[in-house]
Amino acid sequence: MTATITPAPTPYSTNRPAPKGSVLGRAVSSEWAKIRSVRSTVLSLVATMGLTVGLGWLITFAFIHRDHLERDGRRFDRFDPTDRAMRGVFLAQLAIGVLGVLVMSSEHVTGMIRSSIAAVPQRRTLLAAKAIVLGTVALIVGMASSFAAFLGGQAILSSPHTDLSRQFQGVSLSDPGVLRAVAGAGAYLTMIALLGLAIGTIIRRTPGAISAMFAVVLVAPLITTALPAPWDVNVGRWLPLNAGQAMFTVRVEPDLLTPGKGFFVMLVWLAGSFLLATILLSKRDV
Amino acid sequence: MIKAEHLTKRFGDTIAVNDLSFEVAPGCVTGFLGPNGAGKTTTMRMILGLDAPTQGTVTVNGKRYANHRFPLHEVGALLDAKALHGGRTAFNHLLVLAKTNGIGRARVDEVLDIVGLTDVAGKRAGTFSLGMGQRLGIAGALLGDPGILMFDEPVNGLDPEGILWIRTFLRSLADEGRTVFISSHLMNEMAMTASRLIVVGRGKLIADATVDEVVSRGQHWVRVRSPRIDELVPQLIAAGGTVNENDGAHDIRGLSAAQVGDLAAATGIALHELTEQRASLEDVFFEMTEDSVEYHGSANAHVAVAATTDVLAGVAR
Repeated sequence: MTATITPAPTPYSTNRPAPKGSVLGRAVSSEWAKIRSVRSTVLSLVATMGLTVGLGWLITFAFIHRDHLERDGRRFDRFDPTDRAMRGVFLAQLAIGVLGVLVMSSEHVTGMIRSSIAAVPQRRTLLAAKAIVLGTVALIVGMASSFAAFLGGQAILSSPHTDLSRQFQGVSLSDPGVLRAVAGAGAYLTMIALLGLAIGTIIRRTPGAISAMFAVVLVAPLITTALPAPWDVNVGRWLPLNAGQAMFTVRVEPDLLTPGKGFFVMLVWLAGSFLLATILLSKRDV
Repeated sequence: MIKAEHLTKRFGDTIAVNDLSFEVAPGCVTGFLGPNGAGKTTTMRMILGLDAPTQGTVTVNGKRYANHRFPLHEVGALLDAKALHGGRTAFNHLLVLAKTNGIGRARVDEVLDIVGLTDVAGKRAGTFSLGMGQRLGIAGALLGDPGILMFDEPVNGLDPEGILWIRTFLRSLADEGRTVFISSHLMNEMAMTASRLIVVGRGKLIADATVDEVVSRGQHWVRVRSPRIDELVPQLIAAGGTVNENDGAHDIRGLSAAQVGDLAAATGIALHELTEQRASLEDVFFEMTEDSVEYHGSANAHVAVAATTDVLAGVAR
């Protein structure tokens, strides 16, 4: 019943060529394959696009058909055609943020993370590869969505709809601040996706991470509105949603940061969350 | 070559792995044996850099695992058949791992063929049985054609045919000169597959020896049957043996089979049985680890503990 011991042969050496290229490059190509090969990714991206474009068009369309436009058009003197068409972003950010969370949390929930880290033990590189792939995909989808929402929305506004159609004309990308706002919406969606990735890395479990993301992106701005003035504005404007809104709103609102500052504040949110994510990912047992 | 030095892992107040030092050499199957909760999986996780040791170090081929740029070419491991995203097909699961280490699609097809999953390569891994998941995990370990292979409880969930397959397969990997390190809590399985054993209990090293050495540390005795046994027994006792009757046969300790046979021949007593008896590997394992299992199921644990000290004196380094 006992095994006989065969004399140890010479240690095995493979005749396969040693891999070339950088660890990051290889990891990026793997992450690209990962993101394409699960259904939830595609669904999140479709939802992002559908919400940004679909809701943008729907809201614009509904707006021009409202009866009270006829009666009470003057109330809309602060009407902003770009803003109307970009309303879908408020919901689409949740879809793309969930995608960002899932890119990391789904690995923890399924156990895939152990295979991933065994294959790429350079954990920071693994996170960087995920950020590069997710960021690229989100940027393409985010930009395509926001431009489609804008262009379609303006076409709806410019179609001859009511007697007031001249008052609520669409604008074009060459109008002041418009290109910046539309591109800002795409950039904001990308940044929310990345924020989701960082939160998914910090919290690791999908339900907790998604709740945290919703709390930061949606609930926190609501809570700050309940603060006594001037704290509602002073605190609120630094939150991602309001910083982002500064990026994708044409008019510079007094309650919001300037677009440039908004972008910078979003960068700070990302830097902070990725710093924490990197520290935790390097330190924790998986 | 895997080398652990003073490897220790604490989880709060619990010590999962306690000052464990060992080497796993190439060219043979080394079994990593211990009861559930002995720290086998934690040790393997530390080898792969998934868990950080509280103290001590472990290296593979002279470097910490995480310091290998493309580690799948050095070490292939199966720790957990569930370490995958169930929504991906078997092929895609292997492909995303392969890409991280610059391994091509052709090799993915090759390893699927080796483990016999080619027909289900396009199915989602989440639909796999435990046995198929185990095979997929083994395929993943083989991707980089590594010199070191490490499997945690590889026969788990396999049917008898699968178990036979993996035994033969592990031996063939070792015969190619690879380092093969497999854990199990099943002694018999190890006896079939491994040639060296590293035995742990409660995170501590209990034995590091060949399977034969471990077995020889267990009790051995001579079993005798004879129609004139009553005449033989006094002579055996006089010669220094101890005799116990056991279900019609007599077990003699302290004398070799040759001595018993010579003694019987000298007095003209016919023997109907004269056999060497040895504690099975299973028995030795139980003796060695009984005081280190987390929860005792037996009432006579104190007897086993006494036996353990004997075994430990001989086997432990």
